[in-house]
Amino acid sequence: MNRLAIALLALLAAIVAQAPAHANDSLPPAPYAYTQLADPAQEKVARDLMDTLRCLVCQGESIADSNASLAGDMRNIVRMRIAAGEQPEAIRAWLMQRYGSYVSYKPVMSAQTWPLFAAPVALLALAAFLLRGRFARRKPEDKSA
Amino acid sequence: MSGAADTTAAKKPGLALWLPLGLFGAFFVLVMFGLFRPASRDITSQMIGQPLPVFDLPKIAADRPGLAAASFKDGKPKLLNVFASWCVPCAAESPQLDELARSGVSVQGVAIRDRPVDLDAFLARNGNPYAAIGSDPTSALQLAIGSSGVPESFVIDGKGVIRYQHIGVIGPQDMDTLRQKLAEAAK
Repeated sequence: MNRLAIALLALLAAIVAQAPAHANDSLPPAPYAYTQLADPAQEKVARDLMDTLRCLVCQGESIADSNASLAGDMRNIVRMRIAAGEQPEAIRAWLMQRYGSYVSYKPVMSAQTWPLFAAPVALLALAAFLLRGRFARRKPEDKSA
Repeated sequence: MSGAADTTAAKKPGLALWLPLGLFGAFFVLVMFGLFRPASRDITSQMIGQPLPVFDLPKIAADRPGLAAASFKDGKPKLLNVFASWCVPCAAESPQLDELARSGVSVQGVAIRDRPVDLDAFLARNGNPYAAIGSDPTSALQLAIGSSGVPESFVIDGKGVIRYQHIGVIGPQDMDTLRQKLAEAAK
C-alpha cells in the first residue's frame, strides 16, 4: 500500500514538474475580474456581454469562462465600463475596433460570413430540386400497387 | 416498378450520379487543405494606422521612468515592446532588442501584470534595452492597442501612429523586416 502511494506521489511530482512551460504572472487578478458588480441588473448586462466575447488567449472560450489573466483583465474592463453607464454594444464595438470580428461570438452578416447564412437556404433549395420528382411520382405508383 | 426506375436512371445518369462523389471530393480537398496548412492562431491588431490611445503608465523599473503617450510624438519612430518578466519567451528576444537599442532605436517597454522586484531581476538577468518602462498591471494599454499576448512589438512613427505589429519573439530573422519598418516610419 505504501509503495503504491509513493509511486503515485512520484508520478504526480513528475507531472507537476513538467507543467511550468506555460508561465503565468503572479499579480492578483484585476478588481472586477472575479468580483460581480454591486447592481444585479448591471451585472446581468455585463455577464450577457462577457458570454459573447472571445478570450484572446484560450481561443475557444468566452471571457466569462476563461481563467486566463488576460480574460480577467477583459472582464474587468467590461464590468467597469458597464458600471460607468456604457452600452454593451459600444464595448463590443470598442473591442472589435482593436481585434476585429474575431473577438465577438455574436454572429453578424458581412462580406465574409454571408455564405454561412446562404448555404442552408441553398442546400434546402437543392434538396427540394433533387427530390421534386420523387414526391410527384409516388402517388400513381401507390395506386397501381 | 423496377422498370420505371430504370427508365428514369437511363434518362439522367449524369449529374445525380456524380454529384455525391463530387461533393465528397470537394470536402476531402477542403479538409486536407486545413490539415496541412492550418490557419494562423495569431490575432492581428486592427489598430495599424491608428494613433496610440492616450495613456500614462507609472514607472516600475528602479532606474527607468514610466511611459506616457505624449513621449511618442517627438518626431522620431520608436519600438513599443509589450513584455513581462514572467513571460519565458520574452527573455529570448532580449539580444535582438539590445542590438536595436545599440543601433540607435528607441525601445519603449510596457510591462504587463508585473512586479517591480521580478522586473528588476529580469532586466539584471537579460539586459535592459528600454529607454522607459510603463507598468500595465491590468493589461489596459495592451487591450487598448489590440495586443493579445506577450511578447509583441509595435513600430510607432514620430506622430504617435501605430505603423506595424510584430507578434511573438523578435528573432534574428525578424531584424531586417523590423529595421525596414522603422525606417519607413521615420519618413
